[in-house]
This record gives sequence, structure tokens and C-alpha cells, in this order.
Amino acid sequence: MTAVEDAPATTAPEREVGKARRRKEDARLITGRTTWTDNMVLPGMLHLAVVRSPVAHAKITNVDVSAAREAPGVVAVLTGRDLADEQGSIPCAWPVTPDMVNPGHPSVAVDEVNHVGEAVAIVVGRSRTAAVDALELVDVDYEPLPVVLDMEQALAEQPDLCHDHLQSNQSFRFVFDAGEAGTGQDTEQAFAEADVVVSRRFVQQRLIPAFMEPRAVVVQPQGDNYTMWSSTQVPHILRLMLAMITGIPEHKLRVVAPDVGGGFGGKLQVTPEEVLSLLVARRLGKPVKWVETRSESLMSAHHGRDQIQYIDIAADREGNVKGLRCRILSDMGAYLRLVSPGVPVLGAFMYVGIYKFPAYRFDCQGVFTNKTPTDAYRGAGRPEATFAIERIMDELAVELGMDPLELRRKNWIKAEEFPFTTAAGLEYDSGDYDTATQQALQLLGYDELREEQRRRRESGDPVQLGIGFSTFTEMCGLAPSRVLGSLSYGAGGWEHASIRMLPTGKVEVVTGSTPHGQGHETAWSQLVADELGVPFEDVEVLHGDTSVSPRGLDTYGSRSLVVGGAAVVNAAQKVIAKARKVAAHLLEASEDDLDFTGGSFSVRGTPGTGVSIQEIALATFAAHNFPEGVEPSIDADATFDPVNFSFPHGTHICAMEVDTETGFVKIRKYACVDDVGTIVNPLIVEGQVHGGLAQGIAQALYEEAVYDDDGNLTTGTFVDYLVPSAADLPHFDTGNTVHAAPGNPIGAKGVGEAGCIASTPAVVNAALDAVRHLGVSDIRMPLTPERVWRAVHLGGDGGDRAPDRTNAQAVDSAQAASIAQGGDL
Amino acid sequence: MIPAPFAYARPTSVDEALQAIADGGEDVKILAGGQSLIPVMRLRLAAPETVVDLGRVAGLRGVREEDDAIVVGAMTTHSDVIADPLVQQWAPIVAQATETVADRQVRHRGTFGGALAHADPAGDLPAVALALEAEFVIAGLSGRRTVPAVEFFVDYLTTALEEGELLVEIRLPKLAGTWGMHYEKFNRVAQAWSIVAVAALVRREGDRIAEARIGLTNMGPTPLRASAAEAALAGVPATREAVAEAAAHAAENTSPSSDLNAQADYRHHLAQVLTRRAVIAAAGL
Repeated sequence: MTAVEDAPATTAPEREVGKARRRKEDARLITGRTTWTDNMVLPGMLHLAVVRSPVAHAKITNVDVSAAREAPGVVAVLTGRDLADEQGSIPCAWPVTPDMVNPGHPSVAVDEVNHVGEAVAIVVGRSRTAAVDALELVDVDYEPLPVVLDMEQALAEQPDLCHDHLQSNQSFRFVFDAGEAGTGQDTEQAFAEADVVVSRRFVQQRLIPAFMEPRAVVVQPQGDNYTMWSSTQVPHILRLMLAMITGIPEHKLRVVAPDVGGGFGGKLQVTPEEVLSLLVARRLGKPVKWVETRSESLMSAHHGRDQIQYIDIAADREGNVKGLRCRILSDMGAYLRLVSPGVPVLGAFMYVGIYKFPAYRFDCQGVFTNKTPTDAYRGAGRPEATFAIERIMDELAVELGMDPLELRRKNWIKAEEFPFTTAAGLEYDSGDYDTATQQALQLLGYDELREEQRRRRESGDPVQLGIGFSTFTEMCGLAPSRVLGSLSYGAGGWEHASIRMLPTGKVEVVTGSTPHGQGHETAWSQLVADELGVPFEDVEVLHGDTSVSPRGLDTYGSRSLVVGGAAVVNAAQKVIAKARKVAAHLLEASEDDLDFTGGSFSVRGTPGTGVSIQEIALATFAAHNFPEGVEPSIDADATFDPVNFSFPHGTHICAMEVDTETGFVKIRKYACVDDVGTIVNPLIVEGQVHGGLAQGIAQALYEEAVYDDDGNLTTGTFVDYLVPSAADLPHFDTGNTVHAAPGNPIGAKGVGEAGCIASTPAVVNAALDAVRHLGVSDIRMPLTPERVWRAVHLGGDGGDRAPDRTNAQAVDSAQAASIAQGGDL
Repeated sequence: MIPAPFAYARPTSVDEALQAIADGGEDVKILAGGQSLIPVMRLRLAAPETVVDLGRVAGLRGVREEDDAIVVGAMTTHSDVIADPLVQQWAPIVAQATETVADRQVRHRGTFGGALAHADPAGDLPAVALALEAEFVIAGLSGRRTVPAVEFFVDYLTTALEEGELLVEIRLPKLAGTWGMHYEKFNRVAQAWSIVAVAALVRREGDRIAEARIGLTNMGPTPLRASAAEAALAGVPATREAVAEAAAHAAENTSPSSDLNAQADYRHHLAQVLTRRAVIAAAGL
């Protein structure tokens, strides 16, 4: 016993921020006993099923729906022609250049289909089964048109056209030149004067977001009001856009994102099916539901990545970088969706990475092809940029005969140089790349693995070992409305929150940042518990319903905590300021003499006095004894719009075993140290990093959307679109450094995309490091065993994959019939 | 993912099942564990008139010993096969290969007989059965017949099962003890089908390999025996070098497909590498 233990100061509740709490939303999410959209059943609800184009490019010459209309349980069949006058166009909110070409994007095709999977007709049934059964009765005649699939060919002389009514396959050309912008020197001159120039062509394969919960929509008409439940990341944006497309006034439309099972950018969209569900509900005056199958999802929900990157880097002999030149072809697919053109532009400012390039030029063409449209996918533009810079730094190191880490260290921004404005014009806020790297090297056990690599190389071991780096940063917290405006983005980037103090002292927090699995409810509760000094359990977080949360810009771009969480903190501060007036009145003291700690106001220097904010909530409800001229409410709201992005950074190191006999690659060890600013919940951060790593590694090793020569997606099921499971991934050794972000009251930088952005180049660099001595300088992603084997034994980058489905999925109906008898399946 | 309409029968005995198949019309599918049939029906790649579900035919489950063989009921699930002491004792390669089939959920529903009767060349069990020289007991309304493995696998997804017949049990010879065995599977992610796999059985006499049987997964429309490699292994010294030399013949007379996972030339190469590895493991080298 010491005297200190008798002091009353120990009553302050334990600090919530920094506590590794388990997520309070998980039990219901994991068990599925919650409001997943497909769980909703409304009286009289009808079901939609979509007839989709089996061809990539064709004129629609006839649609015969007579047989489908007669089918049992079918209520209506609608074609593009039926809806042509009311469907408008799927919006593109990011016209990246003034002359950007937008072909228009009907929700259901009218005259022409432009990719396999495009909606051609909608069957409305009394049951889902009835609607699905009638799909094959819709008879569509197609007159085939040339199919455009390859971006380089699409931009060549006299190409076939993806859209007949356009002049070319180019949607836009976006150029950022540091010399012209005044943020750097002249790029051409930098290259002309450089000792060394290294040029590479990298391919960012097409990916599919592959969220766990397939998309689903329910629409209920009530008089002239409509409520839509949708498995979306963006209920607020969706409401606004639907109002603009359909003419249903915004105030007559309520959109609800109930619990949503993942998105990864794939639900940052206004989908054709959402528009169609609303139009059908309006036309029939009945509630409707549409739920997609996994095959439909893979085929028709937007895809991600799909760029060809021509990267040139200039340096002197000592390894000082002098310039970076990036020419990008970005596949838009057949149409522009919500932010399709913005994805490469979001990357435009990140290609310089963490390095002090004096000169930089970015030149990107958006290209139309007869494939599913592309749009946001975890990282959106920044993984592509990070991959290019981290891969080309390794290539430069090889060219210079330098250690890849030494080259990086020589060129990266030093800790004492923050804030630092790059050649791309962004001001990086804070960080320490060297410390993060030192920690990551220790976590990996770098020296030992380098030694093992040497031994394996010397003994000619069939299994070679390589180590790859990615020292990355990203721009997070999308936000700054002014910056987004300067990039022609169609909306701001602020976020809104409000706090309601209930009579019993419980707290409702309303956030405009709608979660789809991130754990906002837990993290926001931790923030508010600390700010207001109330128990974590006393806080409830409400979200996703535009009638509950009227203002918001939703969740993407690692913005929720950085922007939305900051709004919550600011709202809490306003609650305290209002409560302070009430406390002063109740305690008969001056506001200036009040301390607020541990949830209670007390008069400074007068022990024993005190009133808790929860008591003040009740006093406010009663309003019997309230200060003159003060309205009886301590509720508050806040809108936060930071002045800059935040810049998480980190060092990721992958050690990779490559079986040179089979081409099989296996991650031996993966270590990363991320700086995501202040950490509110370490468990959530760890989870985000793990999930991000899985997705980034998946791009490097497993996932690829492959089209055949006719434009059919051959990776149309999870048999052929390989999403790795825990069994395929290594243990992750993760760590953190913490440099608080100066731009928001929490100090958080954002963590949702870090793992996904950083890991891909580390993995590819590691594989190349293992086999570079065998003459391999590039392998196309994903690093299938076949590609690795070809690169090692036949040279080149591993080449194209055969586009046929694997055996297990090659069963067509004819073959299926032939095995009907006797086959015990 | 809704299948087209179909009629459904759920017999409780083999005789009832055979009758249900006979009564089922033109296009009958037999449902065992459903791990292949239900997906293709949901994708509407198959739309049978009648589905005969064997789930309640208790007599088709389980493993028993019969003289110099163990007999596996066609409806024995993969997870039951893996855990079975007789399988572990007398045909451990079956347990080893079955452990690599798909994932835990699939192995709890999928069945030994179903996988063999489906005869997917990318499936793991057909090549194992072929290398073991298993015997397939087939029931029909007119009685039972036994077909050796080499005659059972006829073509892509096609077996010796005739219209109206049912695979009821599989006889596996008791080879463990005199033979070493190993299944070497190559795939990209844990739950995926084999790109190529090799089932190797080796009987040694002292320092020599007396006899080898090699089954190849996914090297043609049916599981195949690597006969040239088997011949090359007979009588050679039990050394890694000799095995490697013989394994170079593993891809002879195969005709693998080219698909997203691998083009044919790469499958040829894999067959050789995996055969070498499988034989070395089976021979205990």
C-alpha cells in the first residue's frame, strides 16, 4: 500500500482509444442473423431476374418476350425498348477532362450490347424461381459486331470500334506534367541529361472485387415515395444519383444500406440493377427484389485494375533518381460508371511514391473495350501507381548494380523533411520511412534469409529464395473537397456526424460514413466513449439510412475514420460545449471554472461537486431547470472537411520460395510495418492489414479476370477466378510505427487499403529476386506456376494463359446429358 | 442459382434405387454427395428429368474387410474414408489423396463412389483407383457385375456404368506393407482441383524397384497409367537418379488439355517432375 493509491484521481475510466476491442457488430454479421438485403421479405414482393447478353458486341435486332410473358408466375417482362424513355444513363461523376467522351450507359440495352453480361431484358415473377425459369424463354436476336478487347489494338490505326457511334475507342487523355504544373522540372530534359534510363511495360491484370455478399436490392413504393434497400457502400450518393436519373424527387426517395457484406469498391456504384429495380417498382406499384447469383456478380458487377503501364525512370550513375515518366492505358470496359475514369487519375499523383523525383510526367488514356466496365477496387489507382514505382525501382537497382533497399534509402524523403511536397504536387504530412524499414527488416529476420538465399543459389537448389521490398505511401482520407473539385470530381469529400444525448444518458451517434464490414460501430463507440467519458456500452452507432443519417458521403478511399471519425469527434466536442453551459447553470458556477474529465463536470478546486454528462442529458430532457436563453438540447452535429489528404506509409518485405522445377511460388515469410497514424483499435487495424495483404497478394499470385477471343469471361466462377483462402496465405508478421496525422483531430491516417496497395509489388519483387540470376526480369501477374516456369525455362514474362475454362467447369450441357446415366455425382 | 424443375426420388435400398432409376424417365441423375451435380444443376449446365438421391441408402455406406481386399461403400463420405482404420492400414494413399479433395465442407458431403462415378479427370480419386487396380462393383436390375479400374474409366466424365446401373462398392486390394505409396498433387490454391497429380505405388525387392504402378490425374480425358515410366522403373536400382531417368517417360501417351491453369506442354513437364517426386516418396528414397 502506498499513499498514492488513496488518491481519488483513479476514478477516470480506462481510455478506449488504443484498446483492442472485439467488434461489437461481428456476432450478428457472422451468424447472418441481421438485415442483409436478401433477408428482407415484404408483403406482395415481386422478384426480378435479368436476361443478360451472351455476346460481347452486337446490334439487338429483335427481342421476343411473348413466351416468357406466358410462363407460370411471370408478372411482366420488360425490354430496353420498354424502359428507353425513363432509364436515363448510369451516371459518371468524374469527368476527368473537359472533352472526355462518355458513350452513355443504359441500365438495360436498347439497340446494342457492348459486353457479355449486359442486361437485355427483365423478367418479373411472383417468385424468384418463376422469374429465373422464364429467363431462357426470352428470345433475343443479335447481329454480331466486331469485338474490341485489346487496349493497344483499340488505339492503333483504323481499329474496330467498341461503340459504333463514337469516333475512336479513347474516352479521355489525362496529363499531369510537373514541369507545366510548376511542381517539378522539365521531364524531357531530365531524361535527356540522365546517365541511366530504364523502361518497362507492366500489366495490371483485370480483377474482380469478389465481395462476400452478392449485390441485392429491394424497393418498396409507398404512394409517391420510394424506399430502396441495397447492398451498397454509398446510400447517400445512390439516393442523389437515382433522383437525378429517374426524376423521382430526392425528398421522395429514401435509400437504406442495411448491413452490407463487403464491397472493396465493388459497391461504390450506381448499378443498372438498382436503377431497374426502382423503375420496375414504380411501373408496377409493387415491392420488388433483385438478388444476383455469384456468376452474375463476377460477370456483370464492375471490375477493377486493368491497366498497361509504360514506365521510364531516369537516374545518375550514383543512383539519384532524376525523373519519372508514366504512360498509362486504362481499360474502362464498355461504359463509364460512377468513377471509372477517376481511378487512374487517383493514382496519377502517387507514382512518385516516397521518392524525391525532381521531374515527373503522367499521361493516361482511358480506353473503351467490349468488356465489363471497370471502376473502384480496393486502392483504386494507388495500387497501380505503387506497383509501377516499386517495380521500376528494383529494375533500376539491377541496372545500377545497387542493393534495392540502398537505392530506395538514397532517394526517399527523410523523416526531418516532412511536410514534403512531391513533384506530383502533394504535400506528404508525416512519417519516418527509415524507422519503419528497420523494424520490418527485424521482423522478417532479413540477414538470415539473405544468407539462406546465398546458400540456395550456390548449391543450385531447385527451390530458390528471393526477398522483395515495397516501401510505399498512399493518399488516404478522401476528402479535401477543394482538391476533389480541382480534379473535376462530381462531389465534395466532407463527412457528417451527429450525436444525440438520450434522456437515460445513452448516446446515439449518427455517421454519414456507411460501413460495409469495417467495424465503424466499434471504433466510433470507442471515440465517443473517450470524448464524452461515457461507457463504451452506452454508445450506439446509427448509419446507412438516409432518413436516419441524412448527410454523408459514405465509405471508400480509407476515409471513414480520417474524415467520418473526425466529424464524430468534433460533434462530441460540440456536445460537451453545450453541456458545459448546462453544467455551469446546475453547479451555479462560471463555465470557465469547470473541468470536464471522466464524463463529469466539476468546479475547479471544489472537490465533491460534479455532474455527469449523462445526468445533464436527463436534465436537458426535463428542461425544468435550464439556463435562460439556451435551447434545451445538447445534441450536436458536425461536418468535417480536411484541408489535405493523409499519407499512411509502410515497409513491406516478402520472402518467396520459387520451385524452379514446377514454377510454384510460396511465400516463406511476410513482414510489414505500417504507419497509419494514431490507432483507435489495434485489432481492427490488424484485421484490415491482414485482409489487405490477402487481396494484394491475390493480385500478385492468384486472381485474374480472363476473357476469351470472343469476349466471354472464362473466369466466371470461383473455380477459375482464384480467391485465396487462409490455407494459401502465410502467417503475417505485422508492426506499426505511429506518426499522428496532423490534418484531423484523431491523428489517424487510414488503413483500409494499405495492405492491398503495398503488398503486390513486394511479392512480385520477391519472386523476381529469387530467379533473376536465371535470366528472368519480369513475370506477368498473377504469377501462376505455369508463367513462372515458362519465364525461368523459356525466357520472357510467362506470356498469356490459355483462355479455356479448367476441366472442372468445362462441362457443357451436351456433355452433362451424356453422363446422365449411371453417373453418381 | 436455381436449378430447372426436376422430379425427385429418395430410395432407402439399392433395389429401390435401381427401380427409381428405371422409372425416372429419359434423363436420370443419381445424387450422391451432390458436390458436383448440384453446382452444375444450379448453373443449369445440367437439367435432369429425375434426380435419384442415394442419401438414405444406408447399405452403401462404410468400409469392411473381405479376404485380400477392403470394400468401400459407394456412399461413404470422403471424411469417413480419411478417418477409416482399414483404409489407413491397407490403402493409405486413398486417405492421403482424399485429404487433398476440395475443402472440409465438401469432404463431409462428397462421397468416394460419387467422385469415381463422376470420373472427372481432374479429380484425385480416379487416378488413385487406377493405380491401385481397384475393382468396381456395379448393380443393375439384372444383377451385379465387377469391372476392373482399367475398364471403368471410359472417356471424359464417362464410365463403364450402363443406363440403369449403379456403382455400389469399390474393392481396394490390400497392398500396404508390400507396396509403398504416395499421392503427389499439384494445384494453385488449397481447395482447387489438381492441375496434374500422380499416384505412385512401388514394390521394392531389396535395393531394386521390382514393380511400380503410376496413375496420372488430369493428363487426358480419363485417368491414365504412366505405362512407359512403369516399364522403365521395373528392375532399376532404388536410387533417386534411376527414378528420375524413368520418370522422364511419365508423359508418354498422354493427351492433357490446355486451360487457364496450364497448357499441355507444361502439364507434360509437370507429369515428369511429379512422377519423380511421387515415386521417390513411395519408394522411401
